[in-house]
Amino acid sequence: MTDATQTRHVPDHLNSRATRIFKSWEALLLAVAIAIFVINSFASPYFLSAWNLSDATFNFTEKAMIAFAMALLIISGEIDLSVASIIALSSTAMGLALQYGAGTPELVMIGLTVGLLCGAFNGFFVTVLGLPSIVVTIGTMSLFRGISYIILGDDAFRGYPASFSWFGQGYIYWVFTVEMLLFVIIAIIYGVLLHKTNFGRAVYAIGNNPTGALFSGIRVARVKFILFLLTGLMSGIAAVCLTSRLGSTRPSIATGMELEVVTMVVLGGVNILGGSGTIPGVVIAAFVMGLVTFGLGLLNVPGIVMSIFIGLLLIGVIALPRLWAMAAAGRKA
Amino acid sequence: MTRLIPVRETILAGAILVLLLLISSRFAGFVAPSNLANVFNDTAPLIILALGQMVVILTRCIDLSVAANLALTGMAVAMINVAMPGLPIPVIIAIAIFLGAIMGAINGVLVWKLAIPPIVVTLGTMTIFRGIIFLISDGKWVNSHEMSPAFTGFPRMELLGLPVLSWAAIITIIIFGIMMARAPFGRSIFAVGGNPHAAVYTGIDVGKTQFWAFVVSGALAGLTGYLWVSRFAVAYVDIAGGFELEVVAACVIGGISIAGGVGSVGGAVLGAIFLGVVKNALPVVNISPFWQLAISGSAILIAVAFNARSGRNKGRIILKSAEATQ
Amino acid sequence: MSTRPAPAVSPDVSPMVSMDMITKTFPGVKALDEVKLDLYPGQVTALVGENGAGKSTTVKILTGIYQPNGGTIRIDGEPISFASPNDAAKAGITAIHQETVLFDELSVAENIYIGHAPRTRFGLIDTAQMHRNAGKLLADIGAPFSSHTQLRDLGIASKHLVAIARALSVDARVVIMDEPTAALSHKEIEELYELVETLKSQGKAILFISHKFDEIFRIADRYTVFRDGAFVGDGRISDISEGELVTMMVGRSVDQIFPQSDHDIGEEVLRVVGYDHPTEFADIGFTLNCGEILGFYGLVGAGRSEFMQALFGITKPSKGVCLVNGDIKVIRSPADAVSNGIVYVPEDRGKQGAIIGLPIFQNITLPSLGKTSRSGFLKLAEEFKLAREYSQRLDLRAAALDQDVGNLSGGNQQKVVIAKWLATQPQVIILDEPTKGIDIGSKAAVHEFMSELAAQGLSVIMVSSEIPEIIGMSDRVIVMRDGRIAAELSKGELSPETLVRHAAGITSSTEGAAA
Repeated sequence: MTDATQTRHVPDHLNSRATRIFKSWEALLLAVAIAIFVINSFASPYFLSAWNLSDATFNFTEKAMIAFAMALLIISGEIDLSVASIIALSSTAMGLALQYGAGTPELVMIGLTVGLLCGAFNGFFVTVLGLPSIVVTIGTMSLFRGISYIILGDDAFRGYPASFSWFGQGYIYWVFTVEMLLFVIIAIIYGVLLHKTNFGRAVYAIGNNPTGALFSGIRVARVKFILFLLTGLMSGIAAVCLTSRLGSTRPSIATGMELEVVTMVVLGGVNILGGSGTIPGVVIAAFVMGLVTFGLGLLNVPGIVMSIFIGLLLIGVIALPRLWAMAAAGRKA
Repeated sequence: MTRLIPVRETILAGAILVLLLLISSRFAGFVAPSNLANVFNDTAPLIILALGQMVVILTRCIDLSVAANLALTGMAVAMINVAMPGLPIPVIIAIAIFLGAIMGAINGVLVWKLAIPPIVVTLGTMTIFRGIIFLISDGKWVNSHEMSPAFTGFPRMELLGLPVLSWAAIITIIIFGIMMARAPFGRSIFAVGGNPHAAVYTGIDVGKTQFWAFVVSGALAGLTGYLWVSRFAVAYVDIAGGFELEVVAACVIGGISIAGGVGSVGGAVLGAIFLGVVKNALPVVNISPFWQLAISGSAILIAVAFNARSGRNKGRIILKSAEATQ
Repeated sequence: MSTRPAPAVSPDVSPMVSMDMITKTFPGVKALDEVKLDLYPGQVTALVGENGAGKSTTVKILTGIYQPNGGTIRIDGEPISFASPNDAAKAGITAIHQETVLFDELSVAENIYIGHAPRTRFGLIDTAQMHRNAGKLLADIGAPFSSHTQLRDLGIASKHLVAIARALSVDARVVIMDEPTAALSHKEIEELYELVETLKSQGKAILFISHKFDEIFRIADRYTVFRDGAFVGDGRISDISEGELVTMMVGRSVDQIFPQSDHDIGEEVLRVVGYDHPTEFADIGFTLNCGEILGFYGLVGAGRSEFMQALFGITKPSKGVCLVNGDIKVIRSPADAVSNGIVYVPEDRGKQGAIIGLPIFQNITLPSLGKTSRSGFLKLAEEFKLAREYSQRLDLRAAALDQDVGNLSGGNQQKVVIAKWLATQPQVIILDEPTKGIDIGSKAAVHEFMSELAAQGLSVIMVSSEIPEIIGMSDRVIVMRDGRIAAELSKGELSPETLVRHAAGITSSTEGAAA
């Protein structure tokens, strides 16, 4: 045994701060984002227009709001595939309230409350009954949108008040939209929550080792329940924005958006199996997806073809580092 | 303590019977044999896909790309038929199965060799396959008048009173029944999903088994692609949109555990039939078809909650007195 | 005693299987260091060693699950290498593993024959033939259930019989039995012994791994001893006494390696009354005093860990009261336990202890975040301060505190887990197999630290299956058997023989004195 007085000193950090940032996924992603930006500005003369770029942000702001909450949920090892259906139900509830003469404040309240309730419903099945979140949210994905279909059928709710359109169509200043402001505020809140609080640390611990986290005295079920609530709430906020922007509610609203949200989160460097990922990563991923969609749109590439790029991006970002590692291991052997 | 009757399947079959009785009390014609045969025929694609999905889920994976695979294969064979109307139907079917299997193999390789989570792989390939349909078809529809009569007529052709589409489902059920019970591949699927760690000890390659599960699921999606397009006599980008969730729903309702290793051919088939009966009964009993989505969503939640309760781990029993009462 | 000449030479037969200079390393650990092991036809070789000696790794190499980093395996003198479990099976090696490697969803017959079932000419499994063969095998080993039974409907002992039948179903030349009697009843053990005799008479080579000395001396013909991943000696069982074997195994006399502690034992800190669980344990009650080390001894599966997890709030007892400092406390979750000053260092370090993927400092501060943060917001400087303090106290060896805890060796991971709990300043620390699978140096450090903690007034509960550790460290020992307390022994009453007797439930004293 070593002498007790001669304990070794273990340094706090292995690498300098600069090295850690430089080597990160976020740095790589940022480089990709800049490259796409440059390519786009050469490919289309309309790209570098403040108003066009402002319009382009609608491609990702609503999805990104949900993606931030989804990032925390996925880091904790769970997933919520029902987010787009929560938007549908929340939007339908707002439309229904509109028929009974609700004003803008009531509409927003109802939209957010329904989002929270849906989140609580998912959270109950996952944390109280202990069921796998992927199955539960595939079920609620059908259930929530199904309720919208029961209420609306082939119809649509229209005639939202003019003041309600502020959320999805309003501008704060010049080209800066209300949604952009919301996006920035929500990004900061989630960035702080995940990276600067005890709650965020618990999320990482649970994602890396749920049993170990439980054995360390963390209230795992409570944390996960809160994460489902937050994801529901964010879907409610996105429902307000999207309904306001479209000015109408159909039960098919936001169909398939859950996949784009998950793609954004994974592209942002969040491990789909849980345990790692950052909010800055998701922010950059939101921009990358927005820029790709917008740039291809300017080149008249149809939406369905863009989805090929999104799909390739999703698989590619995970596959390439693994292929790289395999090739490196092959060289060594 | 031997379980003579599989509990989950019996309960589900009971639920379907009760459902049929309820419907017949309001509309007796629904339970007429000819109508039940129609319901079965209508459910045939779901049954076939659910069996493929079952194999994948049993190995602890999930295949969300089946509907996109179906649509892409369907478009491909429809276009082949338009280009070469003389090509015999068996060749068309072989091409469909082959194309589907290739797409399944792509999923399988990504899961096996690169160890990418199946949900990510199939989410990705799902959007990619849909996009490719647009690329090859240029967004245009292939309509019934462009297809050859043999192409569209085959699934409706009647053999012993049942259309070929129904027979395709029946034959798939029989093959899967034998495969899961008697073929070494079927047993290794249960082994891989039930206890992957132990599977390694018995010399079963977990990744390879998962790969083949994806190939099987893809091949069935390919087969269904032809049957779907020829039956509805139309092919376009969005056919069977969102159908992958109905397929997963059929499996979950049929008691196939998403955690792998637990499930049966009977369960998957009954799960699909349950959804098929609900779908066909709604208009008959004067409920808006818009209720269907919510009903299948609730059925998923009830089924998964129920299965989790009955299949809860017993843990190890240390007390001798407790073991005696087991 | 380890200098005793150990003749491996057998005049009449040459070994069927011989492992020579086998080395196996894992990141951070050398599990086997140039070991040798010979198995002879028609003879039972007992592989003896403490936990962590490398027995399980040896089994996994022989069955093709692990590939060695160095050395040769020979069968009938021919060098051979196993790339997969299939290769080992083809070479005629079969094993009854310690953990049940069976499938709940399959029938008994399918479990026995998975991978090598009889086929019909269409390539399908010949179920009728399979059930006939399985039925015969089950009858041979006296199993009281049918081959059609679903495995999940069987108890643990019955599952073990299925594993044995599986091993016999392949026409193996070499049978490995890794603690085959751990879960069996007395009658079943007798039947197993008969089975071993049958296998011997058929000329099979048998590798027998057991912790039970009476068993080893009853059925083994030869022994091989490993210690800390190294070969110590081998020979004929008739040439050695039980005491000599223990000394070879432990490599030192029991009293010299443990810190001599004469700490004062104070007032009662924890009192447990009547803890019951429907299936795991019953009627557990004891007290724990300030500055005391209370050992919990028992065979694997006696319900010790299960009880500790109930005390820590992981599982719910059906009945029972827990008093801390004389006050009744309700513990429904680990968080409750921690806030009442009870902490638990689990046996399964990788799964339940260290949070692999998080840096060392975050592992250490995880349960203490309330102290190192301000109104829920992290303060990294405070965290590093706390982590530095406790990593120094435990003499942690690491490159940096922000490194993933997964990069550390087993011993250092254990130090991180202990540091994590000490940083919460607990009253009671439960250590579940604290030195299992860690190197000898770290072991001594953990022991030293444990008695230091007791001296500082912390109460320690130590669950251990290692007799020297229990005797060397404990002030008092509770022995558990089949989920109940079998005996409570004071320091003066402790001897290997008494412990083993109470743990195994032997009422009459057995022959063969311990060292």
